[in-house]
Amino acid sequence: MEKAIEKWSGKVNEVSIGATSQEGGTRSKVIKVGGENTLPFLHFEGKIINPPVVAMEVWDMEPPTWPDILKEEFKDCLADPVGWAKKAVESWGIDLLCLRLFSTHPDAKDTSGDEAADTVEKVLKAVKVPLIVIGGYSAQKDGDVLFKVSEIANGENCLLGIAVQENYKTITAACISGGHSIIAETPIDINLAKQLNILISDMGFPAEKIVIHHSTGGLGYGLEYTYSVMERTRLAALSGDKMLSQPMINFVGQEVWRAKETKTSEEEMPVWGKHKERAVLWEATTAVAFLNAGADILVMNHPQAIKLVKGTIKELMEE
Amino acid sequence: MFIIGERINGMFKDVSRAIKEKNKRFIQELALKQIEKGANALDVNIGTAVEDPVSAMEWLVKTITEVTEITLSIDTTKLVVMEAGLRYCKSKPIINSTSADDEKLNNLIALAKKYNAGLIGLTMSNRGIPSDANSRLELAMHILTRWQGEGLLIDDLYIDGVILPVNVAQAQCPEVLETIRQVKLLSQPPPKTVLGLSNVSQGTKYRSLINRTYLVMALASGLDAAILDPLDEELIKAIRTAEILLNKTIYCDYYLKGRK
Repeated sequence: MEKAIEKWSGKVNEVSIGATSQEGGTRSKVIKVGGENTLPFLHFEGKIINPPVVAMEVWDMEPPTWPDILKEEFKDCLADPVGWAKKAVESWGIDLLCLRLFSTHPDAKDTSGDEAADTVEKVLKAVKVPLIVIGGYSAQKDGDVLFKVSEIANGENCLLGIAVQENYKTITAACISGGHSIIAETPIDINLAKQLNILISDMGFPAEKIVIHHSTGGLGYGLEYTYSVMERTRLAALSGDKMLSQPMINFVGQEVWRAKETKTSEEEMPVWGKHKERAVLWEATTAVAFLNAGADILVMNHPQAIKLVKGTIKELMEE
Repeated sequence: MFIIGERINGMFKDVSRAIKEKNKRFIQELALKQIEKGANALDVNIGTAVEDPVSAMEWLVKTITEVTEITLSIDTTKLVVMEAGLRYCKSKPIINSTSADDEKLNNLIALAKKYNAGLIGLTMSNRGIPSDANSRLELAMHILTRWQGEGLLIDDLYIDGVILPVNVAQAQCPEVLETIRQVKLLSQPPPKTVLGLSNVSQGTKYRSLINRTYLVMALASGLDAAILDPLDEELIKAIRTAEILLNKTIYCDYYLKGRK
């Protein structure tokens, strides 16, 4: 029987995160994502030149809503982003970090942009892995915060975000001035995602430096909606739609660790099995689903879940 | 759709002059401008008023490939001129074009093999252009059979239903649309379809409107490619909109701004 192999005309853009001294930064290596010209892991059909990557989240303050079983892993560094980043790299071998400047949100600590930039600078000095930096998820404040971050991290080629319809102008301008890539987020809607990419590139920002976030639906909480929008996006990219050819990111940990499946204790729900095991698997399973939907970057929390997913990626990348 | 830019053609006075004066810059700018406006390939035709067609074609192709590696569609009726163009293409070229006559077909298929080129097959023969879809399809089938008989890829064959000016042969317009629809049934997978669009409006008063209206109808009939003027903004807008309405590309409010 003849193999039914699809010939695609397009491919996903390749985005680099980080810059070594050769590229004008201080990172020890550059991480590349995207570049594939086939659907996830179909090695017989095309080339997947870069494996999907996993970034560990580092917070700039103690995460207020995390369950204890997750906090426990970081108990010696929860309010210390520098220590946290070092531990991630040194103890768990993490090669990509996502620094979440949660304290800047007006409802958190309302930390100023300058203070946030100071944290970014310290983390950049403490570890040499590439950085993703996101604000506090306040559409209004993130623009100011990321402007300061962009300045301090000039030349480091970070991936900054999250740009949404309300603030993409300031965040795009920030990314242009510091030479960073950008995360563009829309609420599970392929038409709006394309539109935001067009608007951002219309400002003179290269479409090749955008990463799409379609919002992340957690397992049991709308994952399937995100999944199908991501699939459609990838098919559009492979069919040559340049405004949907961007790599995709998912904030897996953020969604998973607020679900009752990860928060409810064994005592409350004995039939669900061991709390920690269940929660770690919940995060890992969610992540693997997104890998199959076409995710290029997964942002995760629990070191054990990250290890599991990295192992799975390795297996899936074997041709 | 696959847009083949038509502007580098010696039938246009400015291009003819540039060929005569060996004005590289004019040709290169025209090439890049067409690409910027959405061309996926460029047609290259030296026109008729050239003393030494072989060296003119060589010069033209070399001039264009200095600034772009885009697909070139070498457009000439003379075999030696065709080969002169194909020889200097930097990426897989398209031969524009053959009729269904065996001698011509054999010669051009041989060239397509030699230069790994695509081929545009016109549904016409030495008896002229047929007046209905069925006779066009017979010729298309003949070209297709010869092409596949040589073991060449179906994806590289473009069938051109040969549209005539609406003010001369109005009844042919729907026949060509029917041809486009039926070519898609000739084989599985089918060959591609192409049109030399501007011919439909030759000598008419509202050229641009006729071009874009017919093109949208042809796209709805399954057209894959067309040789057209990418500098006609309204035409490109109509194409982008048709692609949205045919669910070929994803809608968003600013779809006209996005590069395809």
